[in-house]
Amino acid sequence: MLGDGILKGMAETARNFFGSYVSKERLTTVEYPEQRIPTAENARVFPFLVYDGTDWEAGMRCVACQICEKECPPKCIYIDKSTDKKPDYVGKPQFYPARFDIDISVCMSCQICVEVCPFEAIKMDTQFELATDDRFGGLLYDRKELSRSNEYYHAIHPTEAAEVDARLAEEKAKVEAKAKAAAEAAAAKAAAAATQPAAPAKADSSGLAATAPEAASLTDATKPAGGGS
Amino acid sequence: MSVAEDKAERVEGWNRPPVIEPEGEGELLEVAMGPHHPSTHGVFRMDVALDGERVVRLKPVFGYLHRNHEKIAEGASYLASMPYTDRLDYFCSLTNNWAYALAVEKLVGQAVPERAEYIRVILAELTRVQNHASSIGFLIQEMGASGTPLMYAFKEREKILDLFESLTGSRMMCNYMRFGGCRVDVSGPWLDATRKVVAGLPAFVDEFEALLSTNEILMARCQGMGILPPELAVNAGVSGPMLRAAGVNYDIRKVDRYGIYDRFQFRVPLGDHGDIYDRYMVRILEMRESIKILEQALPTIPTGPIMDAKAKIRGFRPKPGEAYGRIEAPKGELGFYLISDGGPNPYRYRVRPPSLINLTILEDMCLGHNVADVVLIFGSVDIVLGEVDR
Repeated sequence: MLGDGILKGMAETARNFFGSYVSKERLTTVEYPEQRIPTAENARVFPFLVYDGTDWEAGMRCVACQICEKECPPKCIYIDKSTDKKPDYVGKPQFYPARFDIDISVCMSCQICVEVCPFEAIKMDTQFELATDDRFGGLLYDRKELSRSNEYYHAIHPTEAAEVDARLAEEKAKVEAKAKAAAEAAAAKAAAAATQPAAPAKADSSGLAATAPEAASLTDATKPAGGGS
Repeated sequence: MSVAEDKAERVEGWNRPPVIEPEGEGELLEVAMGPHHPSTHGVFRMDVALDGERVVRLKPVFGYLHRNHEKIAEGASYLASMPYTDRLDYFCSLTNNWAYALAVEKLVGQAVPERAEYIRVILAELTRVQNHASSIGFLIQEMGASGTPLMYAFKEREKILDLFESLTGSRMMCNYMRFGGCRVDVSGPWLDATRKVVAGLPAFVDEFEALLSTNEILMARCQGMGILPPELAVNAGVSGPMLRAAGVNYDIRKVDRYGIYDRFQFRVPLGDHGDIYDRYMVRILEMRESIKILEQALPTIPTGPIMDAKAKIRGFRPKPGEAYGRIEAPKGELGFYLISDGGPNPYRYRVRPPSLINLTILEDMCLGHNVADVVLIFGSVDIVLGEVDR
């Protein structure tokens, strides 16, 4: 009969319409500003910089190696390397970003910066309500606006952050073991050297032991940056 | 011009569309449909010459959304082009990722672990289901059913996009595949959620069909409309559901057997007439076949690594050479052609977009029809302007 197909379709629509009063499954929309769907754990919006501890400037993990600046597809990251160094989480002196800006009006949330970062310093945020009426300054984030604590990172990506922390702890343990071994070797060497000549050299031995690991870690610090280019 | 000369000018197997002569006196009405017409899926223009309601000439004008994709890719590293491929056909970013990854893997001879291949198949078939559902929804919307079928399709698409978001971090711009595998591993809960969504898909397709397939208005407007003969489809390089609706058995999943598609049982639905209704039906049946593939792939997914151990992420420099990787994207054959000169970025990067090439026969399909049907025929091609203009 002509019109059968239309009636069949209408019945389907009616089933969905009345069904939405009965079953929650059929309701797929939410009243957004009041009601919110929790974001997925893996969700990504814009990058942020992770810092350890309480002081964002002192605990900043970024060492201004500029790999992300190079790899960023739309080139929205701007980094200026510092002239001096400050100690990082294992105590090595490292460069830090004197300027680290991300233009989030250009950023396309692709996560490539996160993937290429060898220092676990840049991660993706889940904050998406970033509308502003200042389209130039308001969308160019500097390093202070970008920095978030490691606790915040744990709060938004718990699984991923736990993995990162485990990896960093392992690295730190390795570095410490290496430093300890180097210190011991230096001390042994100094002690061996001290036994042969006369007394004055003995006073230097403690100083020698202290500088040796620092020199070793300095060469380590330049390695990842060189490897990426 | 004599008949012989006219014949000589014709290229073998390719004839220009029949010239429709206007009837009676008077001038033709030239209408520019688009670039801001609601039916044009974005910024696409059709310069239509009308004799009354009848289309006498149709000239597609594109390029409004040109974003320099190929040139940008030639200046960027191989990895940096991956997120840009999401933005070609933004409805199916995962198949775009796959096509590009496949081309680069061919270029460097990179193997892909088994588990990653399974993940790729699962994601590609989910993408196909949501693309076909929403493309049918848009087609019916252009018929005048404002919203209902489209919202039914979007309801299901939403569930699939939620899966994409929980896995890749983004709903549409997934940026998930890498050269030699995938970026993050699928978890047990994710696979369970996927199984649940896939279990609900057959019911959705049934509901969709009950809503539309036998609808008299849809049949009256679609059957016998916009016929694409198989010879013309082959000669013009049309691919995907458009080609199969014309009755040509050509599915790259069967022809090339890229990835692990040779392990799954599925059929290739074909049309008889090549009209809009056949295209609609081929898409419905392809969704069913995709669900079949998903049902086979999900229980058998093996454990193992998702990235090949030899795969390089940084300092990626393929040896000089060229490669063409193609897959059966939901819209047709999506290919990436790459030439490497040994540097960190491709010397030449070319996309073979299915949408653009399927659009080239738009005039042939539209001539002689009413202007209201042009909207419908155009909708049945299933294009995304991001891919047409790049």
